[in-house]
Amino acid sequence: MSEQENGQQNKPEKNELVRRIAEKKYEFGFTTDVHTEIIEKGLNEEVIRLISKKKDEPDWLLQFRLEAYRYWLTQVQPTWGHVHLPEIDYQAISYYADPTAKSKKGPQSVEEIDPELMKTFDKLGIPLEERLALSGTAVDAVMDSVSVKTTFKEKLSEKGIIFCSISEAVKNYPDLVKQYLGSVVPPKDNYFAALNSAVFSDGSFVYIPKNTRCPMELSTYFRINARNTGQFERTLIVCDEGSYVSYLEGCTAPMRDENQLHAAIVEIVVMDHAEVKYSTVQNWYPGDAEGRGGVLNLVTKRGDLRGVNSKLSWTQVETGSAITWKYPSCVLRGDNSQAEFYSVAVTNHYQEADTGTKMIHLGKNTRSTIISKGISAGKSQNSYRGLVRIGKQADGARNYSSCDSLLLGSQCGAHTFPYMDIHNNSATVEHEATTSKINEDQLFYCNQRGISTEEAVGLIVNGYAKEVINKLPMEFAVEAQKLLSVSLEGTVG
Amino acid sequence: MTSELQYIELYQEVADLIKSKSCDVMNAVRDEAFSTFQRLGFPSKKVERYKYTNVDAAFAPNYGVSFSPLTVKPSAYIYNIKNAPIDVSPYYHKIADTQDAITALNTALVHDALFIHIPKNQQVEDPIVVDHWLRGDAATMMNRRILIVMEEGADATVIINDHSADRQRFLTTQVVEVVCKDNARLDLYEIEETTPLCSRFCNVYIQEGRDCSVKHNSITLFNGLTRNLCDVYLRGENAEITLNGCAIGSGSQHIDNNTLIRHEVPNCTSNELYKYVMDEKSVGAFAGKIFVEKDAQKTVSQETNANLCASSDARMYTQPMLEIYADDVKCAHGSTVGVMDETALFYMRQRGIPETEARTLLKNAFMGQVIDQIKYEPLRQKLYVKVEKRFRGELDKCEDCRLCK
Amino acid sequence: MLEIKNLHAKVGDKEILRGINLTIKDGEIHALMGTNGAGKSTLSNVIVGNPSYEVTEGSITFNGQDLLSMSPEERAQKGVFMSFQAPVEIPGVSMTNFMRAAVNARREAQGKEPLKSTDFLKVMREKRKLVEIDQKLMNRSVNEGFSGGERKRNEIFQMAMLEPTFCILDETDSGLDVDALRIVAEGFNKLRTAETSAIVITHYQRLLDYIRPDFVHVLIDGKIVKTGTADLARLIEEKGFDWIKEELV
Repeated sequence: MSEQENGQQNKPEKNELVRRIAEKKYEFGFTTDVHTEIIEKGLNEEVIRLISKKKDEPDWLLQFRLEAYRYWLTQVQPTWGHVHLPEIDYQAISYYADPTAKSKKGPQSVEEIDPELMKTFDKLGIPLEERLALSGTAVDAVMDSVSVKTTFKEKLSEKGIIFCSISEAVKNYPDLVKQYLGSVVPPKDNYFAALNSAVFSDGSFVYIPKNTRCPMELSTYFRINARNTGQFERTLIVCDEGSYVSYLEGCTAPMRDENQLHAAIVEIVVMDHAEVKYSTVQNWYPGDAEGRGGVLNLVTKRGDLRGVNSKLSWTQVETGSAITWKYPSCVLRGDNSQAEFYSVAVTNHYQEADTGTKMIHLGKNTRSTIISKGISAGKSQNSYRGLVRIGKQADGARNYSSCDSLLLGSQCGAHTFPYMDIHNNSATVEHEATTSKINEDQLFYCNQRGISTEEAVGLIVNGYAKEVINKLPMEFAVEAQKLLSVSLEGTVG
Repeated sequence: MTSELQYIELYQEVADLIKSKSCDVMNAVRDEAFSTFQRLGFPSKKVERYKYTNVDAAFAPNYGVSFSPLTVKPSAYIYNIKNAPIDVSPYYHKIADTQDAITALNTALVHDALFIHIPKNQQVEDPIVVDHWLRGDAATMMNRRILIVMEEGADATVIINDHSADRQRFLTTQVVEVVCKDNARLDLYEIEETTPLCSRFCNVYIQEGRDCSVKHNSITLFNGLTRNLCDVYLRGENAEITLNGCAIGSGSQHIDNNTLIRHEVPNCTSNELYKYVMDEKSVGAFAGKIFVEKDAQKTVSQETNANLCASSDARMYTQPMLEIYADDVKCAHGSTVGVMDETALFYMRQRGIPETEARTLLKNAFMGQVIDQIKYEPLRQKLYVKVEKRFRGELDKCEDCRLCK
Repeated sequence: MLEIKNLHAKVGDKEILRGINLTIKDGEIHALMGTNGAGKSTLSNVIVGNPSYEVTEGSITFNGQDLLSMSPEERAQKGVFMSFQAPVEIPGVSMTNFMRAAVNARREAQGKEPLKSTDFLKVMREKRKLVEIDQKLMNRSVNEGFSGGERKRNEIFQMAMLEPTFCILDETDSGLDVDALRIVAEGFNKLRTAETSAIVITHYQRLLDYIRPDFVHVLIDGKIVKTGTADLARLIEEKGFDWIKEELV
């Protein structure tokens, strides 16, 4: 802290704030003491065969994994992000950790789940007993490599909606999984996608049949618990013609001194006249104030708007992770399809985020909107990176992008790297970006009304991020607002 | 990825010849620049700053390299670098990015350089005009070098024209280094009016001291393949930089402008406006980065890139970037790619103005915003006319050019 | 002068005009009234050839020529002029250059030489006085930074410059105060000759006090449902459109 003190001797009260945030504990940093079956550290074809065998997978899926693995071996870790990705020792990670291993077949009902696990999710505010559920939300809870419990499965199945872990889907709906898995994010898409395709363990599968409005929010809660494990979840959402679903994703992890690797894939398929809303509140452990530990969040998320008039909306609030490398993207294939990307990314301490989106316009009269709000504090680096491509056939395509960055403190960085590739002259593409520090007049105005600087920063930042927060479903929005304030407490200097 | 070989071999063959025609200050950095080039080779599209231009292909054809001497009409302030009135070794190849492959190649091959020196507190009223004429009977490569040193309080306007005199394939590399000492002012114009047979790689490096004000205008009226790079280093407080660009493409022309403004100290201002009108099968690219270093507080920066694609085969790539490490800044950028305003078009047609004419008027109006920024009145008036002629398709050759008529 | 037969037109997928029949003879002024969305602006845009509107059926002839097959600029060059309801701003194109291009295009269509620069500026000056428009507006870009009233006045100024034989005034009175309305309307009256015909679209009687219509048509749901004389406009001012709708039922 000495550096900051030297720089700001005239602002003692702000130093106090800085100290307080440094001491601030990550709220979800506890571990769960539960018997966990872990495959030996290391990665080779045997490990992949073992994962596949443990999950009792069909041969085509094993081949899918092996092909991805062999491709991955030929690739090198990408370096283009504005992040300092540490050298990852892929042999020092365990690729499979199953905290539900006590019961042989995996838990079938709430009673069979290890009470420690139940307690964990309770502590995280994710009740797995349906009677305690947040109103109108069905949850798939995933710890480490395995889905612990999916709630409201039966109720949803009455409407023909499938909501289960991807492992179950492989068993029960192999044709659907085979048809769509890897169809949006092919195994060879990128380095981390190849890795995930080789070793993915669990995640959620959603299928909404034709002309069905999913009656409740679907939600997956991801938790990393075991030490030295990576989490490689895989989510596949298929929304058939004329249907609608809203899907939420939340994540936390315990505090560990070493980095934890999280390399996920989310694939979304949206058919004619269908609509998917995908919301994320990402609060993986960000590492401590000195930059030790934290989750390396290296994620490939993509939606394929295959149908005419289809809609996809990504909303993300990113407050956690030591390193975030994530670009939820949309391929606007269907004519008149519409895509949105709303993002708030907060970085503090030594966190580094390189996040944004890709909007690939292929169909006619397609529309996309990008709203990105970056907030950097401490010694963090926060980058927006986005691509808007208007294909040759995408007549009348439109994109509007707005990327704003807010800087709190003089030692952080905020960067904007938009790419626009326009191959059609009837397209209208607009991009604007601003970077500035928190408005001193606003701060002073709040102070004059008796609001502390700390609280005022929270208020102002929440106001700044409101456009995005408003896109979240109610319960999530409240949580996101709290998170924003917590992540930034005492960062004004 | 093999084009560099012929240049490496060439250098090994003619290095002694070049050195004998050149001077000490240039020879002092030559071998090292060559080994840098040898190490780097031509940048592939994977090199971020070169992702929009295929450099290797541009340098692949077999060009004869011109070593004809530079002719400098005797006039105040302009010298052949051999006759420089001051020691230029602290400046030559010191401002430029020595790790840029094109700059390295230029430094290795260039045998002669132009030196513009404006003494302390000297205010030069009339613009200094540098006319480059590309001439040759066969495909020719030219390597050009300009060094401009503005002493404290100096004030000048420099216009660099690029013409092609013969219907011949030309490949040009050009490196311009500009040093502005405290309180200097410079208006620098680069106007390219060549032919579709010309390829041009031009790197401009500008360093500004305290209270400097520099305007750089890059105008591509007619060309073949153009790749302009402009790096600005703001190294003294209260320095200002304005970068303006106008790019007009048709046929299968390629125009790639890549700019970087580095705010290294507090209280500097940068303004950037680049506009493109791309027609037919032309390809335009703009990448502009504003880089604000950690201590460069109170930076104010505005970057705008606006583009009009006038045909369905034209392409535009744009990449406005902000990289900011200081918190007390006001930085903004905006980029648009759009179609012509249909309502305005219809309004004009309702008044009886034919559609093609209406489109020309709108393109002209769109580009006018950049030309408006040109401070030197006679040049501004000339460019209004030229830009309009360009849009009317009446500028398919450099029209001032006595030689090609 | 203008003959519209069974005209149907749509914007996007929406059919707006459903069979308009209207004949306008030389020198006649026709007022067009109707509720919002009845198709008044659509009709005027179709007459001047706005590409956003699609004619699906019917015909329009102008002095015996098929108007619908002409480009918007040809129609204008033949003397069709529209005073826009919301004239667009065209940044970067000066009023002078814009008017010069328009006037010379019309002259060229008439087989006349383009005006010499000095003559053109002289004509500009004269016409400017006629509609009392400020010189400083002429140095600006087309409609850029013009107030609502200035824009409307600028439309009439352009009419003066182009000397059309058929005019459409699309809600030229909207957004004007009483004095501005008088200037614009009197400007129009000064400019029209015995042959000039016009369609005047308005919601209010007050414009028709200045520009007296020979016929008043009521447009509802894309059809002309009632035609009368100037008295009809006064009746509408008084009683609105409901009574006409009731008559239809």
